[in-house]
Amino acid sequence: MSKLAEYEGPILEIDKLSISFFTRLREIPAVMDFSCVVQPGEAMGLVGESGCGKSTVALGVMQDLGVNGHIVGGSIKFKGRDLGEMSADELRGIRGNEIAMIYQEPMASLNPAMKVGRQLMEVPMIHEGISESDAYQRALEVVTDVKLPDPERILKSYPHQLSGGQQQRIVIAMALMSKPSLLILDEPTTALDVTVEAAVVDLVKDLGKKYGTSMLFISHNLGLVLETCDRICVMYSGEAVETGSIKDVFDKMQHPYTQALFRSIPLPGTDKNAHPLVAIPGNFPLPHERPPGCNFGPRCDYFREGLCDIDQRVPMADIPGDDRHRSRCLRIDEIDWNAPVAASIKTAKTEPGDVILKMDKLKKYYEVAANALFGGGGATKVVKANEELTFEARESETLAIVGESGCGKSTFAKVLMGLETATEGQILLDNKNIESTPIQKRDTKTVADVQMVFQNPFDTLNPSMTVGRQIMRALEVFGIGKTDGDRRKRMLELLDLVKLPRAFADRMPRQLSGGQKQRVGIARAFAGGARIVVADEPVSALDVSVQAAVTDLLMEIQRENKTTLLFISHDLSIVRYLSDRVMVMYLGHVVELGTTDQVFAPPYHPYTEALLSAVPIADTRVEKQHIVLEGDIPSAMNPPPGCPFQTRCRWKDQVPGGLCEKEVPPQRSMADGHQIKCHLAQDILERMEPVIKVAAE
Amino acid sequence: MGLFILRRTGLMLLTCLCLTFVVFFLTNLYPNLEKLAKSQGNVRMTDAQVASWLENRGYDRPMPVKYGEWLGVVPGWTYQNQDGDTLGRCVSITRDAETAPRFCGVLQGWWGQSTVFKEPVASVVGDKLGLTGRLMFWVMLLMVPSALVLGVLAGMREGSTTDRTLSTFAITTTATPEYVSGVILIAVFTSSAVGLKWFKGTATSAMDNPTFENFFLPVLTIALYGMGYIARMTRASMAEVMTAQYVRTARLKGVSFPNIVMKHALRNALIAPFTVIMLQFPWLLNGVVIVETLFNYKGFGWTLVQAAGNNDIELLLGVSVVSVIVVLVTQLISDIGYVYLNPRISVT
Repeated sequence: MSKLAEYEGPILEIDKLSISFFTRLREIPAVMDFSCVVQPGEAMGLVGESGCGKSTVALGVMQDLGVNGHIVGGSIKFKGRDLGEMSADELRGIRGNEIAMIYQEPMASLNPAMKVGRQLMEVPMIHEGISESDAYQRALEVVTDVKLPDPERILKSYPHQLSGGQQQRIVIAMALMSKPSLLILDEPTTALDVTVEAAVVDLVKDLGKKYGTSMLFISHNLGLVLETCDRICVMYSGEAVETGSIKDVFDKMQHPYTQALFRSIPLPGTDKNAHPLVAIPGNFPLPHERPPGCNFGPRCDYFREGLCDIDQRVPMADIPGDDRHRSRCLRIDEIDWNAPVAASIKTAKTEPGDVILKMDKLKKYYEVAANALFGGGGATKVVKANEELTFEARESETLAIVGESGCGKSTFAKVLMGLETATEGQILLDNKNIESTPIQKRDTKTVADVQMVFQNPFDTLNPSMTVGRQIMRALEVFGIGKTDGDRRKRMLELLDLVKLPRAFADRMPRQLSGGQKQRVGIARAFAGGARIVVADEPVSALDVSVQAAVTDLLMEIQRENKTTLLFISHDLSIVRYLSDRVMVMYLGHVVELGTTDQVFAPPYHPYTEALLSAVPIADTRVEKQHIVLEGDIPSAMNPPPGCPFQTRCRWKDQVPGGLCEKEVPPQRSMADGHQIKCHLAQDILERMEPVIKVAAE
Repeated sequence: MGLFILRRTGLMLLTCLCLTFVVFFLTNLYPNLEKLAKSQGNVRMTDAQVASWLENRGYDRPMPVKYGEWLGVVPGWTYQNQDGDTLGRCVSITRDAETAPRFCGVLQGWWGQSTVFKEPVASVVGDKLGLTGRLMFWVMLLMVPSALVLGVLAGMREGSTTDRTLSTFAITTTATPEYVSGVILIAVFTSSAVGLKWFKGTATSAMDNPTFENFFLPVLTIALYGMGYIARMTRASMAEVMTAQYVRTARLKGVSFPNIVMKHALRNALIAPFTVIMLQFPWLLNGVVIVETLFNYKGFGWTLVQAAGNNDIELLLGVSVVSVIVVLVTQLISDIGYVYLNPRISVT
């Protein structure tokens, strides 16, 4: 099938689109009155929290809304033709050929039982009817374009044989096979590590330019949109609330939600004590419980009764003077958009107390059988998950542990919790060795002292037990309270502590939102008066506006209880915001350790430098050095000789004699409490430039 | 791979050993032996007569020794009767005390003598296994393809009219036991009540000369029952695969619906039911008892009933060993086949 005739004008025009899902009970409007235009070669960012309808818009463009979804109003025009009026056959000719899509989870969106090459070749074979060998040539070309090493081998592999980053490149390659005019990217990098994400984003930008493709980029990450897109559309609860060029929206935002969103993400300059984040109050309204009038009304600081809550749709209004900048607010002209943040509560910096946790040369190795099903024989392999961790944590201190997947941060947490025992070295809790005591053998006090807040609040609560019961169960285990009545009282106090209404005690976890579940998780962790709390990516599964609230809550409880917080994260922005000290890990090694200021300023370890450069920052004033790491993180089963980072390090040639490939670098002390594991000479380290520069106002 | 098969074989032998010992122990309990003596000899035997009958036939010695004899690691028993003739376990093979071997057990290839059929166990089991094997073969040939087609058709559009119709059919067949469906089929297709005298109501003649007429009904009865089960599994698996993200990817690549089903969904959807299909083999082997009895087809299941009912020790042991081997071999095939269907599991 050939492409549609050359068309002058916008690639995609969405006009007053409304999409609803129909259930037996009611009609659920998912998208209302959504308009946007994508010009040729333009990249449009679609931003919003989960449930705001951004993915529904994408599926609406693809005309793939399932059995229950229907377009109930408006139109979607692609190159001037209404997609809603096309026959199934015509649509099939456009899907994958003219409009291609890149998905959130690369592993799930590739067929596990089909070789990668086949899946790629299928696209031109369907749409252009070319022969198998031509299709193979094309696949080879595109796979080379997405910078995958050894394309022929890749084409012969099954998806599970590739790493996450490689899989996403394959999905991108698949989308580009027919050189589409419009590319829809649905959270394309959410499942990837930051350095891999940076490389993939780079690739998408380059390819977009090379092929002249227009893009619809869906993301919840404002920083990412800033880096990739020309225009942005912010969505809230099914509506576009503000749209315009990146510069206008980021610097001259004209909608309270956009403003609140920016204030709730940790940008450079925010600080947990002096400039805390401002969380958006309240919860995201469910689609069938939207308020009358402005959807954002109940959570808005500028809400005015009698104006914002009249049961009438708020229209989009043009902002005069800007390029196609529009906002859905009734009070645009009345609000002083440049007013500083209303005085937020400043708190004094807490001074760290005594050392309560000490790690000394802690090592954790795993032995794994070569394969599970037909194993038995064959040599077992050793996974070196942690190599020589040495550090201390003090009372009421926040120590952040940063690193990408596979760096050993979760293994460390497991060893500390007692879910695994250490291979070598020691963990001292109040000068008592606990490294080889598994959790079953720890006394109640130790267990209650060291607690954990988990990454995914959706999986860590028992779905068939009420919230209150689960917290009381924890109290029971920790031996707190003599009677059930005592424990119930304490449980209600804990709910107060995490700012949940007491009525939640009798609710089931499924009745709670993600942020509320995470609060329950926090209450459970603090039930026994924990002194050390390991927070394993506690907010990464939550929406941006909720993240701020949960983070603040964690900080507040920590301040009151003088808890030591070990904050495991891959998100450097939030780490910078809340931690006192930072430990950067790579492949089981601690490559850098120091106070937050020391780690975020040069001299850096080369990996820290790359990590800082990779994190997208949603601030137009920030200038970043552009460092893209090649390749993937090596497997911990087969680590490179010498320095673990040598395979991807851009400074490697500055070290004479190939030392990086021979020896693991020693831990060097740069300044008081600042340690770096690197072979680079002192003067080179000192000459490093800061990665992030905030331009003067 | 070779090592894997070797380990599985070892496991199989161990299982056989354990299972046969359990069977041996239970069948050699005194009340069972007494029953054997009375059914083989005379119902009105006195206790003393029973004791001497058992002594004459070597049943009165310690259990481990007897088990060892059956295995062939302990010399077979001999007994001199009043007439001066030498009787013994091994003597009954050659009918001559002089040339009889000292050891005669499973290890030597002698599976013993069936007390019910008065024939060597090996030949009884072999014959009957052949008959049931033929039944099984045709059942599988009918059941598996139709179940898969049914399941895939139902699962590819979950909730559609096709799905509901086929699912209802599948549930009905599975929910109807063989003794009900068998009787209904016989009543409808063979009796003069309905008038459709298409098939024969008995499969006895099929043992020597199977034809469509005398063999189809037992095959259909078993296949119907098993089919619903496999179809339900396939449907569930197919329905799940059809909602998978990679199927959406394929759809949004512009792949047509028939190609989505054939190229993208089918192989993934077959991974789960494959194990279930392989589990049908052991079930068929023993579960056919009812159908074999109903259609008077003297196969393996029927033999098992005869052996158990008459406390035929050595025949029961033989049947147990065959069953264990069939179960474990089909599971081995199922594991290996799984590797070929699912590329995420590798052999090396």
